[in-house]
Amino acid sequence: MAKELIRFENISKSFDGTEVLKDLTLSIHENEFVTLLGPSGCGKTTTLRILGGFETPDKGRVMFDGGDITNIPPNKRPLNTVFQKYALFTHMNVADNIAFGLKIKGKDKDHIREKIAYSLKLVGLEGFENRYPSSLSGGQQQRIAIARAIVNEPQVLLLDEPLGALDLKLRQGMQYELIRLKEELGITFVYVTHDQEEALTMSDTVVVMNQGLIQQIGTPEDIYNEPQNAFVADFIGESNLIDGIMIHDCLVNIGGLDLPCVDTGFGNNNPVDVVIRPEDVELDADGNGPIKGTVISIVFKGVHWEMHVESSIGITFLVQTTEHFPVGSVVGINVDPYNIQIMHKPSSEDAQVFDQLETIPGEDL
Amino acid sequence: MKMSRILGKIYVGLILIFLYAPILVLIVLSFNSSRSRVVWGGFTLKWYGSLLKSTTIMNALWTTFLLAVLSALISTVLGLFGALGIYSMKKRSYRIMLFGTKIPMLNADIVTGIALMLWFVRFLPLGFGSILLAHVTFNIPYVILCILPKLRTMDIYQYEAALDLGAGSPYAFFHILIPQILPGILSGFLMAVTLSMDDFVITYFTKGAGINTLSTLIYGEIRKGIKPEMYALSTVLFFIVLVLLILVNLPYDRFFMTAGTGSVREVEHEK
Amino acid sequence: MNRSRTRFLATPYIIWVIGFTVIPLMFIVSKSLTDENGSLTLANLLAIFDPLHRKALVISVLLAFLSTVICILIAYPLAIILRGSRLTDKNLILFILILPMWMNFILRILALQLLISNNGIINNMLGHFGLPPLAIINTPAAIVLGMVYDYLPYMILPVLNSVLAIPQDVIEAAQDLGSDKKHVITRIIIPLSLGGVGSGITMVFVPSMTEFVIANILGGGKIQLLGNIIEQEFTVTRNWNLGSGLSVTLMAFVLITSLIFGRGTEDTATGITL
Repeated sequence: MAKELIRFENISKSFDGTEVLKDLTLSIHENEFVTLLGPSGCGKTTTLRILGGFETPDKGRVMFDGGDITNIPPNKRPLNTVFQKYALFTHMNVADNIAFGLKIKGKDKDHIREKIAYSLKLVGLEGFENRYPSSLSGGQQQRIAIARAIVNEPQVLLLDEPLGALDLKLRQGMQYELIRLKEELGITFVYVTHDQEEALTMSDTVVVMNQGLIQQIGTPEDIYNEPQNAFVADFIGESNLIDGIMIHDCLVNIGGLDLPCVDTGFGNNNPVDVVIRPEDVELDADGNGPIKGTVISIVFKGVHWEMHVESSIGITFLVQTTEHFPVGSVVGINVDPYNIQIMHKPSSEDAQVFDQLETIPGEDL
Repeated sequence: MKMSRILGKIYVGLILIFLYAPILVLIVLSFNSSRSRVVWGGFTLKWYGSLLKSTTIMNALWTTFLLAVLSALISTVLGLFGALGIYSMKKRSYRIMLFGTKIPMLNADIVTGIALMLWFVRFLPLGFGSILLAHVTFNIPYVILCILPKLRTMDIYQYEAALDLGAGSPYAFFHILIPQILPGILSGFLMAVTLSMDDFVITYFTKGAGINTLSTLIYGEIRKGIKPEMYALSTVLFFIVLVLLILVNLPYDRFFMTAGTGSVREVEHEK
Repeated sequence: MNRSRTRFLATPYIIWVIGFTVIPLMFIVSKSLTDENGSLTLANLLAIFDPLHRKALVISVLLAFLSTVICILIAYPLAIILRGSRLTDKNLILFILILPMWMNFILRILALQLLISNNGIINNMLGHFGLPPLAIINTPAAIVLGMVYDYLPYMILPVLNSVLAIPQDVIEAAQDLGSDKKHVITRIIIPLSLGGVGSGITMVFVPSMTEFVIANILGGGKIQLLGNIIEQEFTVTRNWNLGSGLSVTLMAFVLITSLIFGRGTEDTATGITL
């Protein structure tokens, strides 16, 4: 792995008595695309703003390339930010916006002109020098905001929900562009979002956060396939969360039925959370399988059908398949042992956290 | 449907007549060669000529103008910093400051004028200085209430973006923050000029003897009868204001039209 | 922005507020609580119950109330007509309504006097057509006319602002649910613009009630408002303690009015300079 570039050490931060970050420790490596993912109010934006220098932590310190930058003002940090609503200077044209940082550094005119042209080319907006931000579409403003930041050649680019204000089609396009940009520039990206799809698509590393605590750090595959707790499982994609009892290694009991699985190390006869992804539930039209069920609803979702299946063991499964089963069909339910994910029951505090997930507040911190 | 539209137009017309008839009277009188205020004695420009020679009126005009500009400048600077400070305060002190700010706006002019006079006579000879202090006092709240909404709706992330791109706080303040709230500062300033020029009651109580603004001069002349030069002066001032307002308003839109790429939406956005 | 540091920018302003708003108010209150020799007394505050003062207070409140009601009655139809009209340039409308305020206010009242006096312009015109003359100069009606004339823009602006601010789709929703024109006005437009009326009331009632110039010019000095009496205590009779006592009473009335009808002068403050 590349060398460590940024380290948050035991960061805590409160606003008006509400603790938004609780003893957060996190390492970010050179040339890594790290995404802070979580619901509104989880502390992800505060983490980014502490890194950008716009907030000072109450406790802990931020290390950058071996030096402590906790109290260094934003204008002295070797990193640049792409703001949530772009924060373009509305009274300046595109060229002046992009040149802003370079002019402060006292670069000469020719150099600045060259850099403007280069950065506009990089974001695909050649010839936009004299336009004003208010005459640009959301997607174009977003590209200018990126150009304005990267033209300063920062070691790290911070992006605060930069795609949040764009419509779906544009958002998907920009995701690929950001990946391309990162490869061309060869710098570190720290990205904040509440959109799990964005996080999974672009990142090398995903940091799932909730209530000021890191829930899980891992590659997108890890996070999706091996969620470490019920919060992560529920937040990333859709899932069937089932109460179970771990009989012994590789055997779990749900609804009175013993099912083989592959997880070990949960002890004997311990209560656990069981996660089965909807696409991992296999239905058999002839009714063959360890569990019997009846289809009680079905909805067409485009790439697949989504249905609820009431089972003989008292659990209603959410199922996604490409086959169509009419309501009322009696089916057999199969799950591959590899697709049964076992997790520890959350501690009481985490359980509380999980409850609050249902009502996501509007404003992010 | 049509009938109601016509009635509506008549109604609006009547209100405009009501508002403009006295002004028309003043303008007509300024060209009336008869000193009578009711009988038309033929067209003349002589009052405009003698206006320039009347030192009383010219002195009062100069005092009024100087007061307006000075009090507007002082209250704009104090108000700008006041608004910035209040904007940064926490909810509780924010509310207290806003209440304190609104006192001179809500209170009756006569009470404000008398209270200031009672206070000034303790340490200050009444005159230009006391009027200036009084005018700044009633101007500042309006300046603050013009700037504060602009601060609240401005994009604070632009300021942070400037810091992020390497600007120090003073640079970001003058190049990013001030341009964003400039419309508020300008309307606060214009508002202060207008209020100061138009004030009678507070000036009346705080001015002392031997100094007059146009308002107090006119008030003093009521019994003796208003000099026709005064009509001429007010007509001139009215048309200067009219022209200034048209100049200030029209090219403003056009400026932003050409500065950008010229979409109408952009102009609305800039405002 | 470092808010804890920016806060101190308000220091000069806070000093100004204390020095020129708070202290003067304390002064006028202390003057009202003492007699000429400086000993404590409630006489100046109780002086409002003196028949002469009581009468002036009643007339002041009554005339201010009438002016305010008339302003509302004029402003609402105007706002609704302008909203319905195709004239969408709000700035132009504001401009036309505000322009008269740039003509000196005392001169405008004097011009009004020239129009309505017994041998004034209107009566001259009426005489030409053989109509009976108008005899309102030096009556309370003339004072109300002057107040309405002077303060009407302060009612029109907030009312117009709040009526124009009602989103069209709210009105369309009401129509969709079966409202006719009248119903839309009484059930949608008026309730949604009450905030504007509130600040309009404050901005018309308070200056009307504390007025003395209009009463002097159009009332011919025959009708004494509380403002006239206070002015005379300071300029003619020179009983500053009594004048302060009456001022404090007046201030109490003003504050009660502002508390009842909303604090807002904020929305109109920005409207006036276009």
